[in-house]
Amino acid sequence: MTANESARPARPRLDYQMIESLVPPAARVLDLGCGDGLLLSELIENKGCVGRGVEIDEREVLACVQRGLPVYHGDMLEGMSFYRDGQFDVVILSQTLQQTLRPPQVIHEMLRVGRSAIISFPNFGHWAVRLGLLFAGRMPRNRLLHHHWYTTPNVHLCTVKDFREFCASHGLQVVREIFLSAGDRRVCGCCANWRAGTAIFQVRKAGA
Amino acid sequence: MATDEELPVCADNLPGGERSAGLVRPQCFTFAEPPGEMLLECGERLGPITLAYETYGRLNEARDNAVLILHALSGDAHVAGYHSSEDRKPGWWDTYVGPGKPFDTTKYFVICSNIISGCKGSTGPSSANPATGRPYGLSFPVVTIGDMVRAQVRLMDHLGIARLLSMAGGSMGGFQVLEWIVRYPERVASAIAIGTTARLSAQSIAFNEVGRQAIMADPNWMGGDYYGKAAPTAGLAIARMIGHITYLSDEQMHAKFGRRLQDAERLAYGFKTEFQVESYLKYQGDSFVRRFDANSYLYITKAMDYFDLVAGSGSLVEALALVRAEMLVVSISSDWLFPTYQSKEIVRALKANGVPTTFMEIKSGYGHDAFLLPNESLAGTIAGFLANVHRRVRRAGEGARP
Repeated sequence: MTANESARPARPRLDYQMIESLVPPAARVLDLGCGDGLLLSELIENKGCVGRGVEIDEREVLACVQRGLPVYHGDMLEGMSFYRDGQFDVVILSQTLQQTLRPPQVIHEMLRVGRSAIISFPNFGHWAVRLGLLFAGRMPRNRLLHHHWYTTPNVHLCTVKDFREFCASHGLQVVREIFLSAGDRRVCGCCANWRAGTAIFQVRKAGA
Repeated sequence: MATDEELPVCADNLPGGERSAGLVRPQCFTFAEPPGEMLLECGERLGPITLAYETYGRLNEARDNAVLILHALSGDAHVAGYHSSEDRKPGWWDTYVGPGKPFDTTKYFVICSNIISGCKGSTGPSSANPATGRPYGLSFPVVTIGDMVRAQVRLMDHLGIARLLSMAGGSMGGFQVLEWIVRYPERVASAIAIGTTARLSAQSIAFNEVGRQAIMADPNWMGGDYYGKAAPTAGLAIARMIGHITYLSDEQMHAKFGRRLQDAERLAYGFKTEFQVESYLKYQGDSFVRRFDANSYLYITKAMDYFDLVAGSGSLVEALALVRAEMLVVSISSDWLFPTYQSKEIVRALKANGVPTTFMEIKSGYGHDAFLLPNESLAGTIAGFLANVHRRVRRAGEGARP
């Protein structure tokens, strides 16, 4: 896993709120790449969730401990391997899928330990990315994709359309989709592939 | 009663300054007087038993702030502070125990317990056998980590502590922590296990055995019956030197000593101590024999060898099935004696049992003994973990009251 959590952009509040809205009260939640534990502690405080975290950065782990969160310091695939099938109601992967080396394996493992997965990622199909590449001829850099091409931890970027196709071809049922524009406004699903800056999907195994 | 004891705390003239635990008094508790001897795992009975301990801070009215610290192979009950104003060195974990330190003695009632079979004030092979009036020597029964913990449980009863807020131990101290949480789940709200393992590996048993063979090969050992005569110091020093190598790391040895010579500019082409690393090990060995008993070294390393939480259960997951304590497991990246993977095995089994567990691998080049050195991550993690556990225990206590 290359997920370097300290390099992750500050998550917009709305992104958090949308993810929180998808989590049922008192759910058992695993947050992968939980950073300083803000989202997880909010889920515990506001929704009475039982929360666990996985985080690779030592400083972030320390911040989680100080919030009183049980967190595993290490790789997310390894962190998930410790749990039984279906031990969680929801497994969250926020703004990190694109940094994982093996996204299919990560999602598969998320749906082994959890009954559903909430995955958010920056949409590479956003119009500014397209236009930037078309007219400026440069790799995109914006609020969500703020790294240089030579420092980016993002190795598996995708578009909304790509992800929907991935779900269809990998036996995943999309339960909910939420899209936010670069300016944090809700965007409808039909034009999300070019208008959404951030995509949030809740998925589960088809037929499960 | 521990709460009634006035500790001599006066910040101005303390050795070590105002963040020191200050002057502390060694204490001991004697129990298992015949005919009520303690039955040991080996089947023999032992009594009377004296256990040395020290306490720091105050037990609060709710009795919910007690933290038990358990030491490693060569440690003792003197975890922090000073015994007298002339003491040059504080207790062995003074960096982490004291006012405003991670084990904050202004908040927590910290207890450090010694172990039976040791030589630091508790009953062990160098103690007088009441049946003969002479030191036990090898007639002392072989004790286990479980026996050590059973004795500590009696000490907690004596101190009036029904449930510990937390407990902590590194290395063999971690064995005791794991034994406690498995055997006495209702008496421990949380626990911190550092640089430890659920069962001693073949490699660790091998190092222990080489140490024991060095002691037993010393002509002064005489079957363990050397008290009042010359002690097997050569053998014990070698045992300590071997042990000490396993507590350090390749990286640290390279940085600290490299190939530098101690007192010479060029090689002497002889067998006197030449390299700095040789001189260092010799110093470690020589100073150890002045403070440790060779027979205790045999008994304690044997107790370590026997430590195996999996034995008697189908798996570590089953062995930890009854654990109720919230857990913090810490490993050290450069520890090759109890490597990170051994901590992860504990974490895996705890998580499989749904135990709230935090795992952290401290990045440090100092090897197994790194937990004894100042480390910001370790300090912050312990402090944060304890504060949150204390908050939760208090909240639960308030909820329980009508």
